Amino acid sequence: MTAARPVIPARPSGPTERVSQARVVRSEWTKLRSLPSTAWSLLVTVVSIVGFGVLYCLLRVARPPDDPAALAAFDPTAVSLTGVQLAAIAVGVLGVLLVAGEYATGLVRTSFTAVPRRLPVLWGKAIVFALTTLAVCLPGTLVAFLAGQSILSEKRLDIALGHPGVARAVVGSALYLAAVGLLGLGLGALLRSTAGAVAALLGLLFGPQLLVGLLPGSWSDQLYRYLPVPAGAAVANVQPDPVILSPWTGFGLFCLYTGLVLALAAWRLARGDA
Amino acid sequence: MIEAHGLTKRYGDELAVDDLTFTVRPGVVTGFLGPNGAGKSTTMRMILGLDAPTRGSVTVNGRPYREHAAPLREVGALLDARSVHPARSAYNHLRSLAQTSGIPRSRVDEVVEAVGLAGVARKRAGGFSLGMGQRLGIAAALLGDPRTVILDEPVNGLDTEGIRWIRSLLRGLAAEGRTIFVSSHLMSEMAMTAQHLIVIGRGRLIADAGTEELIARAAPGVVRVRSTDPEALAVLLRSPDVAVSRAGDGALAVSGLSTDEVGRAAGAAGITLLELTAQQASLEEAFVDMTRDAVEFRAPGQKGVQS
Repeated sequence: MTAARPVIPARPSGPTERVSQARVVRSEWTKLRSLPSTAWSLLVTVVSIVGFGVLYCLLRVARPPDDPAALAAFDPTAVSLTGVQLAAIAVGVLGVLLVAGEYATGLVRTSFTAVPRRLPVLWGKAIVFALTTLAVCLPGTLVAFLAGQSILSEKRLDIALGHPGVARAVVGSALYLAAVGLLGLGLGALLRSTAGAVAALLGLLFGPQLLVGLLPGSWSDQLYRYLPVPAGAAVANVQPDPVILSPWTGFGLFCLYTGLVLALAAWRLARGDA
Repeated sequence: MIEAHGLTKRYGDELAVDDLTFTVRPGVVTGFLGPNGAGKSTTMRMILGLDAPTRGSVTVNGRPYREHAAPLREVGALLDARSVHPARSAYNHLRSLAQTSGIPRSRVDEVVEAVGLAGVARKRAGGFSLGMGQRLGIAAALLGDPRTVILDEPVNGLDTEGIRWIRSLLRGLAAEGRTIFVSSHLMSEMAMTAQHLIVIGRGRLIADAGTEELIARAAPGVVRVRSTDPEALAVLLRSPDVAVSRAGDGALAVSGLSTDEVGRAAGAAGITLLELTAQQASLEEAFVDMTRDAVEFRAPGQKGVQS
């Protein structure tokens, strides 16, 4: 600083420099791209989808179903998409980090000073993150399916993408991952702490099944289909299963749960102290 | 222009900010002074709409901050230097902020250059020194070329050169007709930077006055005089309006008279003076006295008596 007086150049007045949702989306896209942890988490997600799918297919080829009943129950689509449940954890935790990380670093105060109405920040993050996970996971599930089927074809256990319900399962799995990501994001915004939100996410994904398992059989069969993961995963179901909701109904229910968490987060964000 | 009316914030039983009413005017640097924990940061967060007041209201440039459509044009704020994601580069941090208001990339380059971060803008902000972090925060505050600038403890942890830089920056911004509101817990620092001071203690307003007036009021001048006959001089000077006390080395400390008056009186009485100096009580001491008074009037957790 050798200048006699610091010069912060003035700018021509900009009446157009208003905050808008579209601009906040652009800003959130910059934020998402510029953190190395985003790329790493998404890489882990894809590796989980493809890697575990391939691994499980190899396992099933090594020990193929031997009797007709087992062969009838064999679901090649589900086998090749096994990795999705694991990838859901990576995507969900990344969703938590996107918001809770801002609270942990204090960045959220800067963000809300730039966007004082706050909610556009939440919606901006949700839009950018959902589209990004979809863009990454859709090729992921497709590759996992194709690689898996080529492995299964060795024992003629494979199924074609054109078979009824199969394409829906492949696309639906990617949609499910995007929804889990939004669930994590909503929990991060609602609880504002990384540890708390990750615990809540894992609890919501795995806890209800454990609790329902403790109930009498007739009750647990009735309730099971409405739990978050069984409902959401129904979108990838190819073989009709009476215990599970129909694919889109189940996925719709999962989206409803996610929407509820996001709505609670929005409510807390809009009224409380930042 | 920042206008607070009866601004109050309560956290549970703790009254962090208690009925603050003040106005911060454009064109001068206004210092916001108080000991740590006095409620300065809470007040600034309420100004920026981050915390909701329990009672009262505050407007920036005529409106509650949250109602401004182009907030970065109205207010630039530095809340604390670490309100940045450590893994993101300084440039991307500023870029993402600029994008919320459609501020072009060229402006980001401009402020990065102006605060002297051009060489390190592409590096992780987490690796920045405290001083670089402060410069990044100031770059963020100036992105929108705002009419009002709010900085919370901007000189904290800065070296002498950094402090001088901020001081002249703030003066320059005020001279351009902007409203500049800067907090600090150091009165000596504020005395050199601010033309107007708002002093709070325990969340309550203690003083709201020009810096010079406040210093004169808080730290009245004392004349130190050493002479060949201190006993006689003490008797000569003492009056209901003048206090004379002895300093350890045989000098007298006289308050209530100027150096001219002491010198003339001694000359008239034929007393030889060996030393005659005007002394200002330490600003820091005066400030501590001022805020301690405010604290003494109230028991913890109770609503205090207006001092």
